[in-house]
Amino acid sequence: MSGKEIEVILLRQLATYLAMPIFIVDPTGALVFYNESAERILGRRFEETGEMSATEWGMEWRPSDDDGTPIPPEKLPLSVALAQRQPAHGRFWIRGLDNVPRYIEAHAFPLTGQADRFLGAVAITWEVGR
Amino acid sequence: MRVTLWGTRGSLAAPGAETARYGGNTSCVEVRGRDGTTLILDAGTGIRRLGVSLPHGLRRVDILLTHLHMDHIQGLGFFATLYNPDAEVHIWGPASTTLKLRTRLMRYLSPPLFPVHLRDLPCRITLHEVPCGDFAIGEFRISSVLVCHPGPTVAYRIVGPSGVLAYVPDHEPALGAAVFPVSSDWTSGYTAAAQADLLIHDAQYSGAEYPNHIGWGHSSLEHALQFGTLAGIKHFVSFHHDPAHSDDDIDRLVAEATEAVRPRFRVSAGMEGATFELPG
Repeated sequence: MSGKEIEVILLRQLATYLAMPIFIVDPTGALVFYNESAERILGRRFEETGEMSATEWGMEWRPSDDDGTPIPPEKLPLSVALAQRQPAHGRFWIRGLDNVPRYIEAHAFPLTGQADRFLGAVAITWEVGR
Repeated sequence: MRVTLWGTRGSLAAPGAETARYGGNTSCVEVRGRDGTTLILDAGTGIRRLGVSLPHGLRRVDILLTHLHMDHIQGLGFFATLYNPDAEVHIWGPASTTLKLRTRLMRYLSPPLFPVHLRDLPCRITLHEVPCGDFAIGEFRISSVLVCHPGPTVAYRIVGPSGVLAYVPDHEPALGAAVFPVSSDWTSGYTAAAQADLLIHDAQYSGAEYPNHIGWGHSSLEHALQFGTLAGIKHFVSFHHDPAHSDDDIDRLVAEATEAVRPRFRVSAGMEGATFELPG
């Protein structure tokens, strides 16, 4: 018998209505949801991937910096927000399964619920032009 | 475990000839254990009559508030045990992100809304903030989980030697869901209700009324029954009846929703004064 916390459930429901790519991770770093807009830039539907461990999602979309150097999963804003429990942001390249490189700006925040419960982190991203 | 409904109405007390059968008092449920442990779920206007019915020698009462909307606390100041200096009253309820439970309760239990200050009540009051993990009261193991309703609101899961009661009086699990129900782990309140022997659940609206009240924090009867199906419960009691619904309305709406959803569990319309023994 398991269930997501209500704050996370409501966040997912909000994300399904928003047109910005949104990613939600739980306290372990597992990617528990990304919305339809995120599917478009990742090239894969959430229903196809399901939940993914921190290692899996961090490598899946091959994030890299401006020079093409791979960015390790722990350096991504979502991971930083989760680990340091502080907001984090950054710009980087990803390459979805459609093999199209996209330049992304991500703003990530730790999720703190009622009674200061730590619930994970969320990233709102934006595809930016170069 | 004996469960008695002392108030089944939602939002506002609704006394009158047209509501006499299901009752007009707002949310209040008594849970009595074999060992005499007494829990009171919510302190709506139904708690006044409950207070009068309690045994004189009862020394400890635990009031478990799901949230602090007026229909769930309005009877608190009229609960006789609060004025008994020999009584020990424990009140459990949610704080907000910025205010302690005590501060939130004092907003009601102080002038001008009520003439007596919380601090001046003669009984010995202890406040407990939820959710706080599992806790025990007498023979019961209790857990609380935040659920979908405006403002911090919990559902209670009460496990006793004879069964499991889930109390979810104000709940809108279908909010924002494109298709309802979805998977259990993404459904508000599921962990509180899973496999419960008795589920007392919000059923304020008809299916036709719900679209005009999305986001108000309550369920249609159909959604409530679908929630019960997802949770695998054994007996469903509709609760938090809309104050505009007459007894005849409730009869009709429960019958129609039951016919539409065809649940495999027993369905009862929550009636003031009804008692359920677990296991049923």
